[in-house]
Amino acid sequence: MYAFDYHRPATVHDAQGLLKDGAKLLAGGQTLIPTMKQRLASPSAVVDLGAIGELRKIEQNGNALVIGAMATHAEVAGSKTVMSALPGLAGVPGAIGDPHVRNSGTIGGSVANNDPAADYPAAVLALGATVITSKRQIAADNFFDGLFTTVLGEDEIITALSFPLGAKFGYAKFANPASRYALVGVAVAQRGSEVRVAVTGAGSNGVFRVPAMEAALAKSFTPAAITSVKADASGLMSDIHADAAYRANLIGVMAKRAVEAAA
Amino acid sequence: MATVSMTVNGKTVTKTVDSRRLLVEFLREDLRLTGTHVGCDTSQCGACVVHVDGRAIKSCTALALSCEGKTVTTIEGLANGATLHPMQEAFREHHALQCGYCTPGMIMASVDLVQRNGPGVDEHTIRRELDGNICRCTGYHNIVKAIAAGAAAMGSVRQAAE
Repeated sequence: MYAFDYHRPATVHDAQGLLKDGAKLLAGGQTLIPTMKQRLASPSAVVDLGAIGELRKIEQNGNALVIGAMATHAEVAGSKTVMSALPGLAGVPGAIGDPHVRNSGTIGGSVANNDPAADYPAAVLALGATVITSKRQIAADNFFDGLFTTVLGEDEIITALSFPLGAKFGYAKFANPASRYALVGVAVAQRGSEVRVAVTGAGSNGVFRVPAMEAALAKSFTPAAITSVKADASGLMSDIHADAAYRANLIGVMAKRAVEAAA
Repeated sequence: MATVSMTVNGKTVTKTVDSRRLLVEFLREDLRLTGTHVGCDTSQCGACVVHVDGRAIKSCTALALSCEGKTVTTIEGLANGATLHPMQEAFREHHALQCGYCTPGMIMASVDLVQRNGPGVDEHTIRRELDGNICRCTGYHNIVKAIAAGAAAMGSVRQAAE
């Protein structure tokens, strides 16, 4: 690691004031710390959000499930509030990494990092969640902006994710057996007559929606409805783990499983 | 450099460390608690697992400064004097180790998984929960057996205490 200044602010306001000149936020650290150890990131300062207790809250707020940005994957996966408000969502963090990673990694960190193989971005996009920051509220459709990129400003901090209730939601993931990242993960949400399908792990530009599947599922929310809808392999990642055609096929398989699992 | 205080195996420690100090380096090099191992140093092998505020984490992927005010338990903190923790005893009894390098992390992960899943945790759950711990010697069979036995023993210790 290269040297950096370390800050441990007690409030979001103080944290925001420290975000300048190449400073980075530290949430659960499961991506940032390995990246710094490999010297792929060299922030001038690290602003640790770990002491801001208000960022860990998980609560039902009217018609929304609001999850604090610093809630860990294990906390969300095991939350009774999540299980009763949006039961399908608990399975998303429950499938990330391994138990020790889940005890450290956070929802805010995952969403802000926007790794193209991360699980949460698919859930956030499919559920049409709202990203609440220290400055504004951003609809999921406008938030993700390509590989490891979001519309967050340099001194903007995600404080919570707000998931509207009343959706049937399912997530199915084919995990890379070594890294546990999604080789392909598909999130499916049905709300009234609207269906949203979001795919992670596959797109060479990060998480994306599949309009053809959404239209077919809006007519009939069953696995059979998308049997004949083939995902387009153009624009998908090809690497040593899976080529684009394989990933395209997996999108269909995982989408069906997600519909089947939807609750 | 900055000062950090935490409770490690029941003792309060305060040290001045570089901001880059990882928790595992703090434990091994500053406190000389060398039972916590570094296997991969890339967050994958689980040899460095310790408990922070009762939850298993990878100490190679946490800054020492982030543990300000927290309670840390390492493998050295499990035994009660000369009496091994039931999970340590089960690993010995069931020959759940060969070279022993992964064992501290395995045992810390095992205690955590039993605390979350209860003393009757089944084999499938044990295997799934070992996702984050790699052993290159044993083939895992005896580790799984040891964890099931250790889990049951932890349950009866708790009952005896109540």
